[in-house]
Amino acid sequence: MSAPANDLLTKAAVLEGLPDHPAIKAVLAFNPESLTDTRFDRGELTLTIAAEHIRGAAAAVKAAGYNAFEDVTAVDWFPSSPRFQVSYHILSHAHKERIRLRVMLPAEDPSVETVTSVWPGANYYEREVFDLFGIQFEGHPNLRRIMMPDDWVGHPLRKDYPVEGYR
Amino acid sequence: MTETAGTPILEAPQALGAHDQHMVLNMGPQHPSMHGVLRLVVEIDGEIVVRLYPEIGYLHTGIEKTCEAKFYQQVVPLTDRIDYLSPMANNLCYCLAVEKLLQLEIPEKAQWMRVLLTELTRLNSHLIWLGTHAMDIGALTVFLYCFREREDILRIFEAVAGQRMMTSYFRIGGLSMEPPLDFFDRVQGFINIFPEKIDEYSNLLTGNPIFRNRLMGVGVLSADDAVALGVTGPNMRGSGVDFDLRRDMPYSCYEKFEFKVPVATAGDCWARYEVRLAEMRESVKIIQQALDGMPEGPIKADAPKIVLPDREKMKTQMEALIHHFKIVTEGFAVPAGEVYQGIESPRGQMGYYVVSDGTAKPYRVHMRNPSFATLQAIETMAKGRMISDLVAVIGSIDIVLGEIDR
Repeated sequence: MSAPANDLLTKAAVLEGLPDHPAIKAVLAFNPESLTDTRFDRGELTLTIAAEHIRGAAAAVKAAGYNAFEDVTAVDWFPSSPRFQVSYHILSHAHKERIRLRVMLPAEDPSVETVTSVWPGANYYEREVFDLFGIQFEGHPNLRRIMMPDDWVGHPLRKDYPVEGYR
Repeated sequence: MTETAGTPILEAPQALGAHDQHMVLNMGPQHPSMHGVLRLVVEIDGEIVVRLYPEIGYLHTGIEKTCEAKFYQQVVPLTDRIDYLSPMANNLCYCLAVEKLLQLEIPEKAQWMRVLLTELTRLNSHLIWLGTHAMDIGALTVFLYCFREREDILRIFEAVAGQRMMTSYFRIGGLSMEPPLDFFDRVQGFINIFPEKIDEYSNLLTGNPIFRNRLMGVGVLSADDAVALGVTGPNMRGSGVDFDLRRDMPYSCYEKFEFKVPVATAGDCWARYEVRLAEMRESVKIIQQALDGMPEGPIKADAPKIVLPDREKMKTQMEALIHHFKIVTEGFAVPAGEVYQGIESPRGQMGYYVVSDGTAKPYRVHMRNPSFATLQAIETMAKGRMISDLVAVIGSIDIVLGEIDR
């Protein structure tokens, strides 16, 4: 796959610049409304997916060859809105390429469907995001704290949690 | 025995009444075969593992949170401490990620030096794995031999970085300083003798019937399971998946090196042993190529606002002094954006996800460490086998708890 030389920073530019990209095609074929934004920046493709469609979009890109799940993590954009960004990094052994799926979640009761049914390897990573950010993953088989003790109060990687902890 | 209060709930708990013959056993957090502070809650039927649940977090220090309070360049020493057996791989991954954010060109010599040193790190890490793995199985001699060679590597690290383990030698924009004059001779001396040493370990282990019986057919992980559970690196290649980021998605000029990617198909502990042993031989080849073709030139990028100036320049030129003062006191701003940089660390695919909001401190740094995902597969590998096989499995997957808990 030939990568474009320049960054493509808007959805229209990406759709025009990467018309044959397998991941974009797969997501659009799954549901055109699920793809809210895309961005090709510094050689990395980001697909922003509407939160309610993440499991379906994940299954679609997996079927398009993005077989190896690498990572799920979150970013807390406090105090902007929407507050939480969940980033999924998926690698394709066949295309030798990595994509990022992105879901934006509100500050109140952030919750998104789990992708463990698509990539079982997401299990621990989603637990980690739940533990450190307080984001719920619906349908996760064992959503418990993983790093912090079970009786811990608060979610340390949130931006309103001080570096040295609550006093 | 029933589960008592305080024992973590096993995944998908079953009705206890049916299991009154089963015992719940805690292996760890302090246990001679645990390779760190790992606790395994094992449900056993006699000596057979019925269910297994890793309980982690004992080494959680919140490195990701700490990174958010540091300047970009101050994060480099923290990355050493994640995986204390392969510091250079962590340094490299973080530096590459930030350099990608900055769109910074790295001089060729720095790239080649990075390849050379990360491959030495791989040898260092695999030596520890081999020694401790063999020791778990009961072959104590190899441990001492491995540590003998590891000592040579640590001396090379000390010569080049001033530190044996927490090297922090790679910096954003290049290397921290020129390697000492006899550095290349020392590395050459080491890799001249090292292939013989691999033969020596192999002589002690490969034909050893006890070692073979303890590993062959034990802890089988299929290729599909390996990919599905996020297992990467030598563990995945031991299951027959032929993928290596160094070859397939090259970074830091790995595309200029010729090497084979060892793959075994059995997926058992023995396959993982064979893959790692073969990987050590390939690393030696890469180091030899790096020594032979080491280009001349600077070791730092030409970016005065990001890379600290040389000491001499700082003492003689006003501008260099100003840059030095600015970088040390205020850091340097990194353009907003997010990048994910993956490399092939000794344990598998490592990734750093760095998000910048345009200031001098990273907004978010996330480390994707291979051991964390590998641990998910441990139940698949050890289920239905004896407890003693569990010890062989833990040894063979080469986990480091520092990078699991971060």
